[in-house]
Amino acid sequence: MARDSEPLFSSKNLKLLTDPLNNENPITVQVLGICSALAITVKLKPAIVMTLSVMVVLAVSNVVISALRKSIPPRIRIIVQLVVIATMVILVDQFLKAFAYDVSKQLSVFVGLIITNCIIMGRLEAFAMANKPWPSFLDGIGNASGYGIILIIVAFFRELLGSGTLLGYPVLEKTGLYNIGYENNGLMILPPMALITIGIIIWVQRAKNRSLIEE
Amino acid sequence: MANLFDIFIKSVFIDNMVFAYFLGMCSFLAVSKTVKTSVGLGVAVIFVLTITVPVDYLLENYLLKAGALSWLGPQFADLNLDFLSFIIFIAVIASMVQLVEMIIEKYSPTLYTSLGIFLPLIAVNCAILGGSLFMQERDYQTVWEATSFGLGSGVGWFLAIVGMAAIREKIRYSNVPKPLKGLGITFIVTGLMGIAFMSFMGIKL
Repeated sequence: MARDSEPLFSSKNLKLLTDPLNNENPITVQVLGICSALAITVKLKPAIVMTLSVMVVLAVSNVVISALRKSIPPRIRIIVQLVVIATMVILVDQFLKAFAYDVSKQLSVFVGLIITNCIIMGRLEAFAMANKPWPSFLDGIGNASGYGIILIIVAFFRELLGSGTLLGYPVLEKTGLYNIGYENNGLMILPPMALITIGIIIWVQRAKNRSLIEE
Repeated sequence: MANLFDIFIKSVFIDNMVFAYFLGMCSFLAVSKTVKTSVGLGVAVIFVLTITVPVDYLLENYLLKAGALSWLGPQFADLNLDFLSFIIFIAVIASMVQLVEMIIEKYSPTLYTSLGIFLPLIAVNCAILGGSLFMQERDYQTVWEATSFGLGSGVGWFLAIVGMAAIREKIRYSNVPKPLKGLGITFIVTGLMGIAFMSFMGIKL
């Protein structure tokens, strides 16, 4: 990085960070990493933990692969990438088991499934293999945040409407809605509603940003 | 024997990989545009799952689990290599996919060309790794149970993707709101299919 005179947060680098939040969102536009996005969004807390885990794994493996990109033989690059990702995921998994055991139990197999989360493989292939470590790091953080935003929006609505709580805190009980006959919508807790919620998010996003509409 | 059949039915319908756990969603959404290609990918997934789950089961029970290495001698009895399971499973999957690819290429070039790019893609299909991780979590008793689970999950995934592709082929002719076209409506249809599949949950096995 020392050789080129580009400032650390030039507009080009900032774009790497902000683009994935909306126009290049990994979930709603690039269609990557859907599996985990759906399964762990019943409650807000696991969704946030998952976002942070993906962010760590994606940023670090982007940097590692980008640093190694000239010495990886192209024929075996997939295996090399998988080994780097798997190592990072094992570290995150052990960390969660040690410091946040109940969340780690809730996430069950989905921590392990970060390995095959297509966002990570996709960004490694598409970005880290062709760019320097610092932009790759920003790209990793940006894409993980884009992923996280969708996760948190979906989890917010599912937890609020499904259980009437936010982060376990009974929000709706305080407003007194239950006294006038409001009831929790049990359907929101069921897995299919995650898909429908994301479908609606896509609808809203594309209605606002016409350039994303598919023909 | 009845037990094996139960596990099979359970993993096809009740614990369907796509609708109950959303595994293999990426390729499910990307490849379900036509029935023909989705049949190809579905068959490949059945194939790979049926092979990798039992192989990973054997590795788990004779190499990784706490005390699994005791067949080497008493001094290995309290070793626990559990934390290595992710990396071992993914290595098995990647090499199995490579192996399956080579075998198919040698013995059935027509199937090979029709599967095309999907075979290597399967290595990063979360349904495959998910199969092995669920096998580990659910603690199946024998290798046959694990095989039955692998086969069942594969068949469930196959059914889901072929059904989805059939719906998407028809949906092309319907009048969907513009911003919802393509990805959006696919998500919603998958959600509705998921609700339909939930009716199997009442089955007690």
